[in-house]
Amino acid sequence: MNRNKVWMSVALAMLLVACKSTPIAPAKVEDKSVGTPAATADQNANGSDTNGIKEVNIDSNANGNDGNPLRDPNNILSKRNIYFDYDSDAVKAEFRPLVEAHAKYLVAHKDAKVVLQGNTDERGTREYNVSLGQRRSVAVKKALNLLGVQDTQIETVSYGEEKAAQNCADENCFQQNRRVDIVYGNE
Amino acid sequence: MMKAFNRVLSILLFLFNILLMNSAHAALEIEISGGSAQQIPIAILPFAETSGVATNEMIHQIVAADLKSSGLFRVLDTSGMANLPTTSAQIKYPQWVALQAQAMAVGHVDSLGGGRIKVTFQLMDVLKQTQLIGMDYQIAPTQVRSTAHKIADAIYEKLIGTPGAFGSRIAYINKVGKRYTLQVADADGYNPQNVVSSNEPIISPAWSPDGSKMAYVSFEKKKPIVYVQSLSTGERKVLANYKGNNSAPAWSPDGSKLAIVLTYGANSQIYTISANGENLQQVTKSSAIDTEPVFSPDGQFIYFSSDRGGKPQIYKVPVSGGSPTRVTFDGAYNVSPHFSPDGRYLSYIRNDGGRFRVALQDLSNGQVQLLSEGSQDESPSFSPNGRVILYATKVRGRGALATVSADGKVRQRLSESSGDVREPAWAPLAKQ
Repeated sequence: MNRNKVWMSVALAMLLVACKSTPIAPAKVEDKSVGTPAATADQNANGSDTNGIKEVNIDSNANGNDGNPLRDPNNILSKRNIYFDYDSDAVKAEFRPLVEAHAKYLVAHKDAKVVLQGNTDERGTREYNVSLGQRRSVAVKKALNLLGVQDTQIETVSYGEEKAAQNCADENCFQQNRRVDIVYGNE
Repeated sequence: MMKAFNRVLSILLFLFNILLMNSAHAALEIEISGGSAQQIPIAILPFAETSGVATNEMIHQIVAADLKSSGLFRVLDTSGMANLPTTSAQIKYPQWVALQAQAMAVGHVDSLGGGRIKVTFQLMDVLKQTQLIGMDYQIAPTQVRSTAHKIADAIYEKLIGTPGAFGSRIAYINKVGKRYTLQVADADGYNPQNVVSSNEPIISPAWSPDGSKMAYVSFEKKKPIVYVQSLSTGERKVLANYKGNNSAPAWSPDGSKLAIVLTYGANSQIYTISANGENLQQVTKSSAIDTEPVFSPDGQFIYFSSDRGGKPQIYKVPVSGGSPTRVTFDGAYNVSPHFSPDGRYLSYIRNDGGRFRVALQDLSNGQVQLLSEGSQDESPSFSPNGRVILYATKVRGRGALATVSADGKVRQRLSESSGDVREPAWAPLAKQ
């Protein structure tokens, strides 16, 4: 019986899309900044009509090594993930070279900016995990600060558990979620 | 062959569905378990339809489902009874006494012309043969479901002594594939409406006290930003977009301001900001995590989660700032405080040996009861009448909603047929 009800609801949901008017007006998430046409939330949608032509720019090959050390797979600067132990915000020794390399780059490129995105595994409440992820991004920021990087070049944010692989069954999986991602401003 | 059969089957089910259910389908399937030891036996009789306006909704079934879901009523089977009355004058009491009904509801639906209908109902005391309630509602046919919930609320209030919450609404995030949608539905899961949707996460929906607006956190700009959105117009505004995180919105009881959590370049700290986005004031000043703020119903304090003492516990601080005092002492890890509407109880999430469960603390004596049985339960919120707590749980790895009565005796699970449901919030009051 229950199964049938679910079935019917699914069938109904699929086929009966437009229902009657309601007091709630759904809003599309959109960029309200001046000059930007209303779009859905999904900012990566390129609104321009390309007539089916995909542009290739020989100066910056998005596939990899374009001379930019940040994207050179052989350069440590292309490594962007710092992993953490459970319930810890300590930057482990094995990630020291990675942090130092990014610090050196940021000190040499004062106009470069990074966002440090903290993440946690899915255990615990969502908002508390946002705060735990933040603690990890702050720990990486402090490490960069000690190596001479200015606060104005760094923003620390957190996704909490929102980017975590769900339903982890073991520590190996959980550990992949406990990390800080380094994202440069133009990426 | 099988495909063709499935196709025919789905069309048949669809037609059957239309015949039976109308468009206000339930997105959330309800499963009820447990019940009060002393349930009130009640008969809810089919309402006579003389209106000629097909409502496609069986009022008595909606009323019966509401009352049953509370666990406080035993709805009697009347299918075998001859002569089902639709007004009190038609009731032959001995047959209902024999069925052991204490109360019975009868009613009818009549046309008022111009597409409007009148729903009349009476609640009768079967033993005293007296009328407990007599009401009529003049409505449009589309308001039949909400009217049925009002009838259930009236019956509940008369027989239990506290207002019902069947006419109230809930909000939650439904994740289908990679799409996050904030939805609002009736408390029984019917009539889901989309409020906002995005391919980036949406968390922490919070109702304004008058039920007209919702604050929430959206990651659409690759970082948490707090928005406030009008439900009726869809107009949405950025409430807080400062450097770092902007999260965990909670409304003050008068709706004039919100508590939010900002980080700038450090750990989460609690601030207040007026509902129009002005007058930002810092409330907590620590190097620890201070988050998940909620106002006490008297508007004097902000309760919040903090690891300032090592492990996370719940603290309170005057809204104007000052030094926080600790509220939870039992258990090594307590987060996510939420108040009962009368301010007597605090519900929160306890890490109970690796299981995250809903706890209920009586603030007058500090006694704590663990109410939920899951291992990843989150986001407790009270029904407007304070009798039931709604929370998020996991069923076979997928997010689902569940409720538990504040006495722990009655449980319900509301699961979505297609999505992953999380972050529920019960609307503060019934609003139609």
